Amino acid sequence: MILTKEQQAILDGEKGETMAKVMKTLVMYGDAFEAEKLVPITSKYNHLVTSFGLKVMSPVYDLMQQLLDAGVVSDQKFSVDPRPLDKNVPANVLQNFVFNKFMYTKQDFYEEQLHKLGLMDDKAFSCTCYMDEVGNKPGKGDVLSWAESSAVVYANSVLGARCNRNSGIIDIMGSIVGYVPYFGLLTDEGRRATWVIKVQTTKKPEAQLLGSAIGMKVMEDVPYVVGLDQWIGTELDDAACAYLKDFGAATASNGAVGLYHIANLTPEAVELGEALIAEGAKEYIIDDAELQRVQDNYPVMWKNADATPKLCFVGCPHLSLEQLKTWTDNIEAALAANGQKKVVIPTVLTAAPAVLEAFGKTDYAARLKATGVITSYICPLMYMNNPLCKKMPVITSSNKLRTYTSSRYYRDEEILQAITGGKKA
Amino acid sequence: MREFKGRVVTPGQVTAEALVSTQGFNTLASFQMALQFGDKQVKCGDQNNTDIHGKPMIGKALCLPQTIGSTTGGLVLYCACAMEKSPACMLFANHIDSLAAAGAVLADVWVEGVSMPVVDCLGDEFLAYVKDGMTVTVKEDGVVVVE
Repeated sequence: MILTKEQQAILDGEKGETMAKVMKTLVMYGDAFEAEKLVPITSKYNHLVTSFGLKVMSPVYDLMQQLLDAGVVSDQKFSVDPRPLDKNVPANVLQNFVFNKFMYTKQDFYEEQLHKLGLMDDKAFSCTCYMDEVGNKPGKGDVLSWAESSAVVYANSVLGARCNRNSGIIDIMGSIVGYVPYFGLLTDEGRRATWVIKVQTTKKPEAQLLGSAIGMKVMEDVPYVVGLDQWIGTELDDAACAYLKDFGAATASNGAVGLYHIANLTPEAVELGEALIAEGAKEYIIDDAELQRVQDNYPVMWKNADATPKLCFVGCPHLSLEQLKTWTDNIEAALAANGQKKVVIPTVLTAAPAVLEAFGKTDYAARLKATGVITSYICPLMYMNNPLCKKMPVITSSNKLRTYTSSRYYRDEEILQAITGGKKA
Repeated sequence: MREFKGRVVTPGQVTAEALVSTQGFNTLASFQMALQFGDKQVKCGDQNNTDIHGKPMIGKALCLPQTIGSTTGGLVLYCACAMEKSPACMLFANHIDSLAAAGAVLADVWVEGVSMPVVDCLGDEFLAYVKDGMTVTVKEDGVVVVE
């Protein structure tokens, strides 16, 4: 890698030993991908993936403390993934004991570190930092040092920013030196599609199921999706963005997709069209039967496959304001149709603190509360990340949550019926 | 016995028993429960990985195509190394991915006294040949001997 004089001086220790180690980390990281240079980060804010004060992650907090002790922090403020705990979310005595006395004992300590390292504000805890209400929304062409797979794939694909699938810790190190290695999704070549996905379904495909199918097929490659615009339109309006948020999260967690193009919709596909498709790109056709095959093949991790669900999570990644409103309308309508007044399964809708605050100012908030549904800023994945939850039959419409936990995936309509006393999930 | 030549990502020399994942290795899903709840064998917790789900990973020569999943992957791998609960080495058939590379580099630069050699670009033939329980020796120059 060719470094500028300034970068080389940092590597040689001109700004101290710790800063030199940060630079060495980035250079070695770039060398693994034959990166020729480091390029400046141009986004206003960074986004970090590590939001949780898990006792077991003490090596991470030790490293952060090394940075703080050496005064090695970024000029760039950042948002971070959701908090792992919220008293609003149902938990029994044993779960609360495990969460507070065993698992997340470092939460307060780590949040203090985050503030010292440059956290935007107390509400900047969400995987959907790019929501208008949160305020960390990069522009087209911005170079980022973000982590969080669902945020990276959204920033690249829907916003047209440029970011690799950076890991936690690498995210903050890039921001500290102000540069990231130039490779992969930062380059024009790395953003070309090596798969063409033809959507040939007879109805609008479920975002999280379609994303799962594509992620598992293409893994870390870049897909160019044809035929989806007939279902979600050619404008990046609220509904399309929410769909792509959920779709992208599934591609990134069920596979390792960092960028996708949707013909006639996402910025680079609109601008460059099929010129984005690399020579020799492979093809994958998705129809109704293929989506059903994918869903039918998800393993059931419940001890009793016929158990009655004890909890339902919707909102991984966090819901948008419009999604919260839509769920409210749909839950009310389904409850009325099924002759119920309140949901029959404890249900949690999750969203960014700032989105929940905006939602709270609408009349939808009281209406949703009346249905018995709980809203929370929690990370459902962190909530379920323990053996107690493994024994708990949890349902979700999140394919990301399904991938990392024992929760069981159902389509939105199936979830809606299950929680409102209609057809059992 | 067969030899394969790969590219050194982080150097080192080790001999260990092979543990083979023919599908993408989800680092977070594989390690999270084991690290969190002190599983000494560090058994793989990824329910979607039918090759190695439930099998011990500590001290093994982990053979895989690439890693997938959450971008916590690199820091999880870094923690596994810092806690001395990592595989003995990681051997990639494909080019290493950004999350695994981050984990390997973070461990190399920031963890003292722990070595987890990482070699990539070993090719599809490597993954087709190596099986669970075989003895794998990694050399400093990226040569991997499977017997």
